[in-house]
Order: sequence, then C-alpha cells, then structure tokens
Amino acid sequence: MAFRKTVSKYPLSFIFLFFIVFPFIVPYKALATRIIIWGLFALGYNVCLGYTGMLSFGHAAFFGSGAYAAGLVLLRVSQNIWFGLLGGLLMGAVTAFILGYMSIKRRGIYFAMLTLAFAQLVYFIAFQWAGLTGGDNGLRNIPPLPVSLLGLTIHIESPLRFYFFVLVFVILSLFALNRILQSPFGHVLKAVRENDHRARSCGYETSNVRWLAFIISGAISGLAGALYALYLHFVGIESLYWTTSGQVVMMTLLGGMGSFIGPFIGAGVFLYLEDVLSTVTEHWMIFLGGIFILCVLFFPTGVWGTIQEIVSRKRTTVKQERDA
Amino acid sequence: MANPKQEKGKRGAIDRRTFIKGAGCATGMALFGGFHFVRKTHAAEGPIKLGFPIPLTGPYGTEAKDQQAGAELAVAQVNASGGVLGRKVELLVRDDKLKADEAALRAKELIESEGVQLMAGVFSAANQLAVNEQCKLHGIPYMSTGQSNEITQLPDNSIYTYHEAFDPYQTSQAVGGWAGKNLGKRWYFLVADYAYGWQLTEGFRRKGKEFGFVDAGETKHPLGTSDYSSYMARILAAKPDVLFMNNFGKDMTNAVKQAAAFGLKKQVTIVCPNCSLSSRMAGGDEVFDGVICGTSFYWEMDHPTTREFVQAFQKMHGRPPVDYAGYAYSGVKELLGGVNRAGKLDPVALAGAIEGRTYDNYKGKQWWRPCDHQSQQDWFIAKSKKAKAQYDVFQIVATISGTDQRLMRTCVELGLDPNKPIRSGLIKK
Amino acid sequence: MSVTAIAMQLFTGLSLGMLYVLLALGLSIIFGLLTVVNFSHGAMFMWGAYAGVATASFTGNFWLALVVSPLVTGAYGLFVERALVRPLYGRDLNYPLLLTFGLQYVMIEIVRIFWGTSDLAFSAPEVLNFPVGLFGIFYFPSYRLFVIGVTGLICLILWLFLEKTNLGLVIRAGTRDPLMVRALGIDMGKIWWFVFGMGSALAGIAGILAAPIRSVFPEMGLAMLVESFVVVVVGGMGSLKGAILSGIIMGEASALTTLFYPQMADIVIFLVMAVVLLIRPSGLFGKSGLLE
Repeated sequence: MAFRKTVSKYPLSFIFLFFIVFPFIVPYKALATRIIIWGLFALGYNVCLGYTGMLSFGHAAFFGSGAYAAGLVLLRVSQNIWFGLLGGLLMGAVTAFILGYMSIKRRGIYFAMLTLAFAQLVYFIAFQWAGLTGGDNGLRNIPPLPVSLLGLTIHIESPLRFYFFVLVFVILSLFALNRILQSPFGHVLKAVRENDHRARSCGYETSNVRWLAFIISGAISGLAGALYALYLHFVGIESLYWTTSGQVVMMTLLGGMGSFIGPFIGAGVFLYLEDVLSTVTEHWMIFLGGIFILCVLFFPTGVWGTIQEIVSRKRTTVKQERDA
Repeated sequence: MANPKQEKGKRGAIDRRTFIKGAGCATGMALFGGFHFVRKTHAAEGPIKLGFPIPLTGPYGTEAKDQQAGAELAVAQVNASGGVLGRKVELLVRDDKLKADEAALRAKELIESEGVQLMAGVFSAANQLAVNEQCKLHGIPYMSTGQSNEITQLPDNSIYTYHEAFDPYQTSQAVGGWAGKNLGKRWYFLVADYAYGWQLTEGFRRKGKEFGFVDAGETKHPLGTSDYSSYMARILAAKPDVLFMNNFGKDMTNAVKQAAAFGLKKQVTIVCPNCSLSSRMAGGDEVFDGVICGTSFYWEMDHPTTREFVQAFQKMHGRPPVDYAGYAYSGVKELLGGVNRAGKLDPVALAGAIEGRTYDNYKGKQWWRPCDHQSQQDWFIAKSKKAKAQYDVFQIVATISGTDQRLMRTCVELGLDPNKPIRSGLIKK
Repeated sequence: MSVTAIAMQLFTGLSLGMLYVLLALGLSIIFGLLTVVNFSHGAMFMWGAYAGVATASFTGNFWLALVVSPLVTGAYGLFVERALVRPLYGRDLNYPLLLTFGLQYVMIEIVRIFWGTSDLAFSAPEVLNFPVGLFGIFYFPSYRLFVIGVTGLICLILWLFLEKTNLGLVIRAGTRDPLMVRALGIDMGKIWWFVFGMGSALAGIAGILAAPIRSVFPEMGLAMLVESFVVVVVGGMGSLKGAILSGIIMGEASALTTLFYPQMADIVIFLVMAVVLLIRPSGLFGKSGLLE
C-alpha cells in the first residue's frame, strides 16, 4: 500500500527510473534505442491525435524530413551534432507549418486524407530529388560524431551511450510538452478537442489553435527523425512513406492516446513484438495485426489506458470497502 | 487553491522538481557513461557467424528465399569440409522487409547483439548500401549479392565491401552489345523511375552509340506500377524496333504482359535485360514468347560447375536453383573461402586472399577486381521457350563474356587507382 | 502527340478509371450509409483476385470466377461487419477506420501463408485475349474493353437497384437521414450489414477483373487502396455519382499525364485531390458537414 502511494506521488520519477534500467531488460540495446526514438515520434503524434483530436495520416512527412534535414546538415554544413538535431526539429516544424496551413481547415476523414496526400507529395519530391536525398538509395554516410558540451567531447557511439543520449532528448521533450499542456494554451487545446464549436463560441480561433498544435507535433516528430538519422547514420526513403505514418498511428493507439507514457508503451509493445515475432515466424504481421484489432475492439484506451482503468477501479473498490 | 503536488496524480502531469531531478539523473549518467559495461560480443571460440539480411516478407520473398537457399548450400559445403579456421559457420538469416532502414537495423542487431564476424546477402540496392554502411562502421567484411552500381563506387565502397553480383552498368553493356549486333536500330526504353532504371538506360545509350543506334526515346514509370496501359501509346508513337524493359521483377512481368496484350510484339522486339527465372515463370510461356531475356545464370547450362551446383542444390532443396541462389552461393563460398585462405579474420588479409583471384563456382570463370572488389563474370542472352517441365523455360542463345573488364566501368571512372587494391575505410578496432 | 496516341490514351484512361470506379463505389456506399471508412478495401480487392484465380485454376472457367469472387468477398464483408465493425458503432468515427487498417495486414498475411509471396500468373480467357482494332487506327486489348463494358453494366444494375427497388429506397433514405428511417420502424442494422457486404463484393469483382491485367500478389491491394481513397474523396464521400465521375476523371488524368509527363503519373491524382478539396471541401458531389 505504501509502495503504491509512493508510486502515485512520484509517477515520473518511476518512469525515469524505468527508462534508465530499460536497456538492460530488453534483449539488446539497439532495440531499446529504437523504442524510445519511435516512442518520441509517437509522443509527438499523440499531440495531434490524443490531445487535439486530429487523425493525421501524414506524420511520416515530419519524421522523414526531420531525418533528412539532420543528415544533410551533418553531411554538408557542420560537424556539430547540436545543429543537426536542431535542423531536424526545425524542419519538422516548418513542414508541419506548410502542411498544416493547407489541411487544418478540414476535419475528420478529409483532414486525414489531405495529410496523407501531402505527405505522399513530400515523399515523391524527396524520391525524385535524388541529388539531395539519394533518392531510393537513401542518404548515406552520415558520420558518427561526438557531442561537444561545455568544452568536453563525449563519444556516443556505443549502444548504451547512444541510448542515454537519446533519452536526454526524450526527457527534455516530455518536460517541454508538459509545460505546454499545463499552460493556458494546453487548456484551450483540450477545449477544442472536446467541443470545437463551443471553444469557438468562447472566442478562440480554433483553427489557429489546431495549427499550432500540429506544428508542435511536427517539431517533436522531426526531432525523433533526426535522432533516428543519427542512430542509423542513414536515412531511408521509406521514412517518408505512408506506411511509416500508419505505423506511428498503430503504436499510439496500442499504447493509449490519453497520456504521455502511452505512446512509449505502444512503441515498446509494437517493436518488441515485431522483433520477437520476426525471429519466430515470417508471418509476424498476422499476430501484430490481430493484436491491434483486439486492442481497437476491447482496449480502445490502449495498454496504458486499460491499466489505468483497472487500477482506478481497484482503488474505488478499496475505498468502498474502507468506507463501508 | 490547487496544491501542485496533488496535480501529479493526473494523467501524465509532471511536477517540475521531479522532472529536473530525473533529467539531471539521466544526463549525468550519459555524460559519465557510468553504466558503460564493456561486453565481449566477439566470441573467440564458438561458431563463425555470418549475418544474412534478406527481404523475406514483401514482393521479393521468393527471390530472398532463393538467396537463402544458395547461402545454405554454400555454408553446408564449407562446414562439411572443415568449416572456417576450424570452426563451424552459422548462417543467421534476418528479414529486412525490403526497407532500407529495416536493413540497417537488422545489420546493427546482427553486429552489435549477435556479434557476427561476416555479412552477406541483401537483395535491393538501397538495402545493400544500408547494410554496407553498418558493416563499414564496425569493420565487418560484407559480400553483397544483389545488383547495385553504387556499392563499388566511392563513397560507399571500402576494403570491407565485396560485390559478387552484376551491376546495372554491366548488364547494359552486355545486353546492349548483343542487341546492337542482332536487333534493329531504333531503341526505346521503358524505365523504372529509380536509380536502377536510370543507370540501365544510361548504360544502354552509351553502348548503343557504338552501333549507331537511334534513340527513339524513353518513358519513366513509377516503381511498382501495376498498370502499364497508359505507356503503350507513347511507345507505339515512337515506332521503335526494340523496346528495352529497364525494370525488374513484377514491374517487368506486368509491363511485358500488357505490352503483349496491346499487340506490341507484332511490331517491336521486347528485350528484358535482367530477367530472373521467377519473373519469366510468373509471366508464362505465351507472354514471354519472342522476348529476349538477359540473365546471370540458367540451371540447364552445359558447364561442369553448373551441373555440380545444380545437382547439389537439387539434392538439398528439391528444386533447381534460380539466379539469385547462384549469386548467394558463390558469394558466400568466396567469402568463407577467403577467410580460410587468409588464415585469420583480418580484413586486410581477407582482401589479399580474394583480390585478383580467378574462380568458377557455378557458371563459368569469374575474377575479383582488386581496385573495387567487383566480381568480373559473364552474362547470358536467352530466348524463352515453351516449358516442357516446370523450370525448363529458357534457351541460351549467347554468352556475353566479361573478360578483360570489357563490361565493367574502369577503375579510373570510379575514382579508384587501377593498380592498387582498395584499402579505403579501414578502421582500427 | 498524334491524334492516334491521344485517342488511344483516352480509351486507356477509361479502362483504368473503371477499376477505380468499382473500388470507389464500394468504399463510397459503405461510407455513405455506415460512415465507416473501410481501410481493408484494398485487401478485399486482393482477396477477390485470389478467390477468382483459385476458382479459375480449379475449374478452368473464368466466367465462374467472375461470379465467385464477389460472392466470396461479399460473404466475408458480411462477416466483418457483424463481428468486427458492429461493436464499434457509437464510438468515435476513427475506430472502424483503425480496425480495418489493422485488418488489412491480417488479410495480406493470410494470403501469404496459403499462396506464398510470389505472383500468380493469370491470363484473360482465350476469347478475350487478343487485341482489337479500334476505329482502324490503333489496337486495344479486347479484355480491357470487356472491363469497361462489365463495369458499365454493374453501374447500371446498381443504379436500377437503388432507384427502382424498395431496398434501394431504404438505403438511399438511410444515407440521407438514418434516424428518420429508424423512426419509421426499419432495422438499420440489417441494412448496414447488407451494404457492407455489397461494398465488399464490388471490391471483389474489381479484383478478379484486374487479375489478368496486372500481377496477382498479396500486396496488390495496397497501392489501389490509397488511390481509391483519393478517388472517393474527390468524388465526395457517400456520393455514388461522384465515385463514378471521379473514377473516370482520375483514370483519364493518370493516363493523359503519362502521355505528356510520365513520372508525375503517380502524383497527379494527389494533386487533383488537393486542388479539388481546396476549392470544394466536400469533394465534387459530397455533402458538407459529413464527418466534420
């Protein structure tokens, strides 16, 4: 009982602790890094879906363009890893700015289709512009670079060090996102999600609010893309293809849309299952698809949402018992 | 008034203090690498591990399985004759889902987690380059078994990179040379709109000049197009003698099928420069009737090592080998054989053991060019024939010899020194 | 470009458009009545192709395959609606979309398990397997003319069904105002069930019609899926007129672009969609406010 109380009092500390031991409990460290990078991408996507209520099918555009931007910066402009990451984040934001401008007035399925269409346009441009992006061969030879911080040079090539490097950005993003969502803007976002008309009648320019949320979502996705580029030293053209968008949607739903931790759980479950299942059978997709279907049918709040429901139900019954 | 500490119970809400604590913790650990264990991933004893990422899921699953079958045969044969450096070889097959970043991830996992000492395989060009990238970063020798122009060029090429398969340039020189001598002058190109297609077309144009060909034009189609009906009008309007299908696999089969349906074969000779056996079989007798095919290998060829290879393959897998099986078989055999001859797992010694070597594993004489680790080999021109048995689909009409590097780009063209073996990219481990 | 080439291309665009029309009709009719976005439509198209090819190789009869494919996919559609989609009514509109999104992967994998990953070779029946001289100026595959004809026939039958039968009347009313229809005592649940099956059957027949033209392989529906969505959105979700018109427009757009600027062929339908949506936000014939 005391333990549970401590957990609920400091949930994030336990989350951090979990992240810290995470690379040691998964089969191999590269998987842990993949999970938190995709988790970050899903976190960014969740700003759009979970917190603003917009189903976008074009987030690959932000992830991919962030990755390409980071790679190109490090290949052609600077050896400074910070610039690469910044480039990725900004590119994600700018792409979301543009795509958002053209899509944000529509909602529901039209919004989803517009984002899909524009994302495919980005894919097509990147594919054809082979001189810049490498086309279907991808952007290669992104150099492994050390981090320079306060005069120190830190090498992050080993799997474990790279994991913690990525983790820093994940935590910073969580922090930043938390501030944003706790702010007045965050409350307006919630209002827009719950009832757009009402929010508008209160005087809020809802399409601008949604646009800004879309940009924030794009920025985080772009950062995730940049980290991915650093991780693989390579950017594949598929990072811009609609199947990447589909994957992040599945992860977000799987983990639970209503929280910060949900996307990470979704990414973890998805990637872990994919990894484990692919070594067992080449037909792993049938299990993953099946699990996803079960989730949609029976656990729409995702893994984390369902866990929260179970815990709160238990808490209510305990309270009832105590009060009885 | 709301107590900020109470807000922590809310979904995902974070207390600032806790956050800074956590962030500081993680950052500290990253900076000091406090948990940096050094784990020995390379076993000094135990089997030699050979990583093999291929697209088991996706449209080229069949070709991938062929590659796997060829590699398995090579590994079995090497193990039967004592293994590598006295140790057994273990083939670790992984599914790269035909996606380049997945290939990079698989390679990373194979290297970092499984501790493979060698890498081979990979089907598509993009995936080869992605796997090659990972191998270069970690100093793992990689034997590539699919077509790619870039893999033997800088900046992708390195001392660790070996290319057993043909590349689009060589394909175009081989087939273009034959077409120039035997077919009409007006050439039209249906080009898959990606590097492979562009490179084939460029190569054909270059070779065609020697024969005074007339460039009737080209049409690029998006990769993975299923419906080619829209391109027929353009092609017919150009009135070509020869139509080159500069694409691969399903794209090629579909294009030929639909060209036939539009009556193109009445007026035009169709040439498929890189026609794999599986594509030919998927298309069927009628569709490919009259079509000229270029291929790296055909199992019914009359050559001693071919017969040996086919026999051994049929014994192990119950069917004759298809083109990509041959690449994988020969490539893996060369890689493992090279290590044995080198006497140790050292990349420079391995390179020395392979460069300049003449060999014949399954289809005729091949030679390793030292400047770029490209395998020089022959190409074959085949005509489709009515299948009397399931795999009996080709009739070889010509062998295009690859000797004297006549089909390859010169070392100088690739930015390499023709007199020096490639040593770039060597890392200290 | 010569007149011959353009004329031929217009015909090509029409035959290309016909497959789009069939798929868009199925998608639109399901969406119009159930407001469900069926992301597994492409996979149903693929199942139709496989069902047809299997039938044809078993019986040697292509015409039988034409009948069997829509029956198989229609029956499957009925199962999907009852078992998987029905539990989601009353929830957010995104859920059936997401469910069918996951479903398509399962459907693709099932086919991979039973038929493997390589193509199935399939040709048009002998009687249709020859080029026909059209207007004396160019050759056109007779099979594609057949596809144009069959699709036209299906559209006609569909129109007759919706306009002239009682069930059709109920469906049209249900699209306009489901609450009212229910108030009149009609069980919308059964209607929805039937319509989902009908939409799936349309996808199935598109699949078998496409089989002789292109490769039959497990992922063949994925490319068609995105394109069909674009077609439906341009036509207006829920509008059958829109689906037919949009399908033909998109087919012609794709074909004509190929004639003049081939690499853009892939992307031109997206551009058309973007332009249409920016000018007419609900598509050509769509109703505004639907799924806003």
